[in-house]
Amino acid sequence: MTTVLPARPATTGPTAPPERRTLALRPGTWLAWAVLAFFFVNLAGVIATVLVNSFSRSWFNSWLPHGWTGDWYSHAWREFSLGQVLTTTIEVTLLVVVISLVLAVPASYALARRSFPGKKLVTTLFVLPILVPPIAYGIPLATVLYKVHLAGTITGVVLANLVPSIPFVVFTMTPFIEQIDPKIEAAARMCGASTWTVLTRILSPLLLPGMLAAGILVLVRTFGMFELTFLTSGPTSQTLIVSLFSAVNSAGIRAPQSVDAMAVIYTGSMAVLLLIALRFVNPTQLVARSSD
Amino acid sequence: MTTTAAARRPRTRTALRHRLAERGVDRTLLLILPGALAVLALFCYPFLYGLQLSFQPAKGGVLGAYRAFFSDPFARKSIWSTFSLAIPASLINVGASVPISYRMRREFRGKRLLLAILVVPITLGTVLTAEGILEFYGPAGWFNRTLHWLGLADSPVHLTMNYTGVLLSLIISGFPFSYLLTHSYLSGIHPSLEKAAATLGAGWWQRFRHITFPLLLPGLMTTFCLSFVMAFAVFPSALMVGDPDGKTHVISIEVYQAALERFDYVQGCADAMIMTVLMLAVLAAVTGLRARLYSGATGGKG
Repeated sequence: MTTVLPARPATTGPTAPPERRTLALRPGTWLAWAVLAFFFVNLAGVIATVLVNSFSRSWFNSWLPHGWTGDWYSHAWREFSLGQVLTTTIEVTLLVVVISLVLAVPASYALARRSFPGKKLVTTLFVLPILVPPIAYGIPLATVLYKVHLAGTITGVVLANLVPSIPFVVFTMTPFIEQIDPKIEAAARMCGASTWTVLTRILSPLLLPGMLAAGILVLVRTFGMFELTFLTSGPTSQTLIVSLFSAVNSAGIRAPQSVDAMAVIYTGSMAVLLLIALRFVNPTQLVARSSD
Repeated sequence: MTTTAAARRPRTRTALRHRLAERGVDRTLLLILPGALAVLALFCYPFLYGLQLSFQPAKGGVLGAYRAFFSDPFARKSIWSTFSLAIPASLINVGASVPISYRMRREFRGKRLLLAILVVPITLGTVLTAEGILEFYGPAGWFNRTLHWLGLADSPVHLTMNYTGVLLSLIISGFPFSYLLTHSYLSGIHPSLEKAAATLGAGWWQRFRHITFPLLLPGLMTTFCLSFVMAFAVFPSALMVGDPDGKTHVISIEVYQAALERFDYVQGCADAMIMTVLMLAVLAAVTGLRARLYSGATGGKG
């Protein structure tokens, strides 16, 4: 088992790793693939059931539904007023992305470039919103928002969603800024550039890829953020995922296919966002919550 | 007169500024202010407000709300339900990620696609996953149908509306999360270390046990912490695929019902504080363990 040390394949290019062929030889590898495959089959089943049901006329006790129809989509669109919900969703996510970038990028610049007394404290301040469960701080936050009459409005939803987004941008951007050489800024200053010039001509172009990545990550997360939006939104400020949850939870009066049609719309928009996101960021970046 | 004052003042001011700048305090730090203020206003203030609110219940004195939580057996049991879901779920997720990502640590064709597919359940979110689980694992769903067709089960296996359903949803959305994290920690360990061990005659188990695993352990503990945080806060799926009045009456449901169904904000805030303290206690324990294991060790790339 341990002696499988492949000779370097003669035909492959310099980038192709020589280990590739050992994949077929080890039983452990097959087991790992089998577990992954089982997981993927279940995952595909979970998604496909929703998809198939959303196109079905009626589906009881059989492998496939009796008859197909696309009516549920227009039905769901009308029943859940998805046009308004989608507008709210887009409005909220874009506002959260822009505001969290504006607030958090300067902070991550300072955190990346300076070490100062109390830095640990500031880092803890930014870590806590990521660690504390959204429900746990969402309830007090909703209480405060009700007190200042912001709960149920789009402003309230945006404010609530900023709480996890700002730390998330800070922890995505800080390592990114750390790897930009400070000598570049120093050199620009040596050549007589003002702070404004350094900011617009030197830093901005260098920061742009990182900001794009962080922005897309926040976009995906806010789009899928359920708990906070659920706790702080009102009837006119629901995002797609909250209205999906309400539709499922008040089921019985509604056709499940119609709910599933909405779920498919949600999945579809998420898939589009994901495809865009994966062009700019690494898959592991989507899950890492802190730089640790 | 004015010239001496003007000459003296800048000197003392620069001196102070210099001393501060030597310790890293200068105007750049002002950049932290907007972000920090936003977090203070939107996170710390509400949290402290909730904390003081939780000490002002209508009856029962300062600690009345906390006493109410712990004296209600149904509420008290929610702690047990939460842990009995969160700990197995995070152990399964981390436990399965280690061997699989160890096997898959090398580059191969389609690896990026594999990672991309793994991201899907994370981005789908818990609500959609729960909806899918209800239909896929339900009594008439494809999963039970396949079991029946293969002759593995005579009557439908009950996988939804109970503990299993919530555990399934936690695995479906949590396993990719821990797999991707473990994978990124594993790729941070330089392959030359294992190669060196192999040159010295170590078998794969010895290499894993004595080289990779110790280096991976800090990262694994972080992964465990993060997937525990996720599983601990399970909310929509516990309501949708679980049995919210019974075995999966987790603490987040208790918090939610107190605050937004019974409109008892004081009780809701108190429950939220209990939830936070419990979770931070687990995190502190794991982090403490991690620090103890690895203080002074070399090369612990996390």
